[in-house]
Amino acid sequence: MTTVDHNGTAGSGLEQFDVQPVNRRDQQQPLYAPRKKIHPKRAEGAFRRFKWLVMLITLGVYYATPWIRWDRGEFAPDQAVLIDLYHRRFYFFWIEIWPQEFYYVAGLLLMAALGLFLVTSSVGRAWCGYTCPQTVWVDLFLVVERFVEGDRNKRIRLDKASMSASKAAKRVSKHTIWLLIAVATGGAWIFYFADAPTLLMEVLSGTAPSVAYGTIAVLTFTTYALGGLMREQVCTYMCPWPRIQAAMLDEHSLTVTYNAWRGEPRSRHQKQQQAAGVPAGDCVDCNACVAVCPMGIDIRDGQQLECITCALCIDACDGVMTKLGKPTGLISYSTFAAHDHNMKLAQRADGTIDPGRVHTPEGGIAPEVRHTTLRSILRPRTMIYFVIWSLIGVAMLVMLTTRGRLEMNVLHDRNPVSVTLSDGRVRNGYTVKILNMMPERRTVLLTIEDFPDGAMIMPLEKDDPRQAIFLDVDPDSLRAQRIFVIAEPGGLENQQTHFRFRVRDSAGSERAEYEAIFDNGGSR
Amino acid sequence: MSEKEIDSVTNVETTGHEWDGIKELNNPLPRWWLWVFYACIVYAIGYCIYYPAIPLIEGATQGLAGYSSRTELHQEMATIEAGRTEMLERIRQADVAEIQADPELTRFATAGGASAFKVYCSQCHGSGAQGASGYPNLNDDDWLWGGSIEQIAQTIRHGVRYEEDGDTRYSEMPAFGRDQLLPRADILAAAHYVRALSGLEHDQGAMDEGARVFAENCAACHGENGHGNKELGAPNLADALWLYGDTHQDIVSQINNPKHGVMPAWGDRLGDALVKQLAVYVHGLGGGE
Repeated sequence: MTTVDHNGTAGSGLEQFDVQPVNRRDQQQPLYAPRKKIHPKRAEGAFRRFKWLVMLITLGVYYATPWIRWDRGEFAPDQAVLIDLYHRRFYFFWIEIWPQEFYYVAGLLLMAALGLFLVTSSVGRAWCGYTCPQTVWVDLFLVVERFVEGDRNKRIRLDKASMSASKAAKRVSKHTIWLLIAVATGGAWIFYFADAPTLLMEVLSGTAPSVAYGTIAVLTFTTYALGGLMREQVCTYMCPWPRIQAAMLDEHSLTVTYNAWRGEPRSRHQKQQQAAGVPAGDCVDCNACVAVCPMGIDIRDGQQLECITCALCIDACDGVMTKLGKPTGLISYSTFAAHDHNMKLAQRADGTIDPGRVHTPEGGIAPEVRHTTLRSILRPRTMIYFVIWSLIGVAMLVMLTTRGRLEMNVLHDRNPVSVTLSDGRVRNGYTVKILNMMPERRTVLLTIEDFPDGAMIMPLEKDDPRQAIFLDVDPDSLRAQRIFVIAEPGGLENQQTHFRFRVRDSAGSERAEYEAIFDNGGSR
Repeated sequence: MSEKEIDSVTNVETTGHEWDGIKELNNPLPRWWLWVFYACIVYAIGYCIYYPAIPLIEGATQGLAGYSSRTELHQEMATIEAGRTEMLERIRQADVAEIQADPELTRFATAGGASAFKVYCSQCHGSGAQGASGYPNLNDDDWLWGGSIEQIAQTIRHGVRYEEDGDTRYSEMPAFGRDQLLPRADILAAAHYVRALSGLEHDQGAMDEGARVFAENCAACHGENGHGNKELGAPNLADALWLYGDTHQDIVSQINNPKHGVMPAWGDRLGDALVKQLAVYVHGLGGGE
């Protein structure tokens, strides 16, 4: 095994890692070779702290959301976020979506896609590095692994050690905790689809529907397998996202970059080299960036598909630079454009790098070096994405706030289209579907408009034709009401009469209309 | 045997296949893929043993499971039937008016009646119950034998002029012309009078004669004003609906040698519950009284 070894220390007390990036291009094994395990070392620094925060928020949102209550009255569930597949309703706080309003979800998907363009073109693969569930859960599983088995070196030793009672105990407890997390992950998922407190009781008492247990089982398996066992392989082999995201990066996108223009030529023996008059870059080749990398790459090899831009190598390197009294940022979020610019500054005519060109005599960074600024984010491409993204968002908000909660569809009987009654009048049948999309019972007034000769009756009703009928519609439901419209054929000039059904909330002002046709019955 | 060709960029052997200068590398299949492939083969062998699979000259291998899609269909049908027994029993216990008073039973009966109608009734009455010449339209409000739900159920149960059923609805109009009960002139006049009853165009000169003939020969069944008699299945002659047509010729022909519709009795064939469901459906079409 080449990944593992003792660690040396440089003169300054700096830890140096003898570590090989297992996913480096020239180290890659044939496809049939078994995976080489990566043992990421714990990183410390600003990005690690930010990632802890993101993990806390994302996991918190995931686990807590189904338990938030939202009062909608007695006729609708009080769960703030609920995908009620059985009743075909989607609840999101004050928003209730019916199946025919699913285009809102399509709009959300559109926003998600544009949001991806926006985020990727401005801050690179931030989704991969911080918020992707795979990243978050692997991070969580690594915390457990570190807690049970210790940090990198201890884990390597444990892997090498022959099986003993203590090794078995550690392995068992690690996998047990992983499985518990996995069960909790799958368990939390189902609460989005039913009333959480009720379902929890049912799950615990064994009376929940089998689909609930099935879902928990599947998600437990995938969480355990993807987060605990497969880890970085999911990103490099299974996920299409890195390919898509990589295609959307341009020379101004932020990526985690090893600033070779100030790091090279790297050397473990800086003092000796400098004493010998050989120029040495800032990189002391301690491999700390490789040791912390959860993807098993060496960022100093440049942009790689495997890099999820988790920025832990930045933390590791900044720590080393601080210890050495050098400026931080040898590895940093930077752009290709800035890197190219600075590289040109640093290169001599023959292409070799002269650290002196980009450093001040005191060891600081020369003023003509280009740093990452806000301008790399605020540029036409990102602004256009942002504008389109916001327009869709605003359009959806406007539609949401102005959408009707009372709707009507009318089906005209086709067979027979019209019926002649014994007194010569003509009758047409309609199925009037009234959708009350509010969680309260409503009384609506159904009228026919632009049809003075016509009048309505309901089935099995005494022949009492009228132009307006009051109907009660249950909360949050559809009432399909058969309505007969009767008219004197003598009053109808044409074979067909166009008119409108109108339904109006008797308590409010909301109304809906539907264009309909009355068929005169022809010559009969 | 040809030389193995090694691709210079990847150091991978090529398959020797080439398209426009692009050569195919002979990379191995991913191992996970290969194992899934092997698993599929094992599964397929197991499937062939467990389920009916291999076609023989007559039939196919039966498989260890003894499975057949026909058995499965029968089981599913039986499950559906079992699920309906409770509602059907309630329909059997209730009379038709009680069914109509119960929205749940009405919904069930209407759906059941609608599908039975398509099978047993639509051949004559049409799939939308719109009828045809000689076959009554069941959507309208004109009923030969009565349009209350009980009367409709009675008609479906025992039929019309269906001699095998003792309780069938029965009536017969004399063939006034064929049997020479009335002279032709009287028949023509009566037909004009009948048209006049429904406000149709008629020969004013034939009214007196027509009225006399009608009062003497027709009013006994069709009523003094021609409003018909549902007890006898005598049609209303004063409305806008005509089973056999409203032209003068149609009416003359019907007086001369009447056509009589026959409807089978469905009570014994379909059973009580289905007859009630049909009655609820037909009554609910819009014309029920």
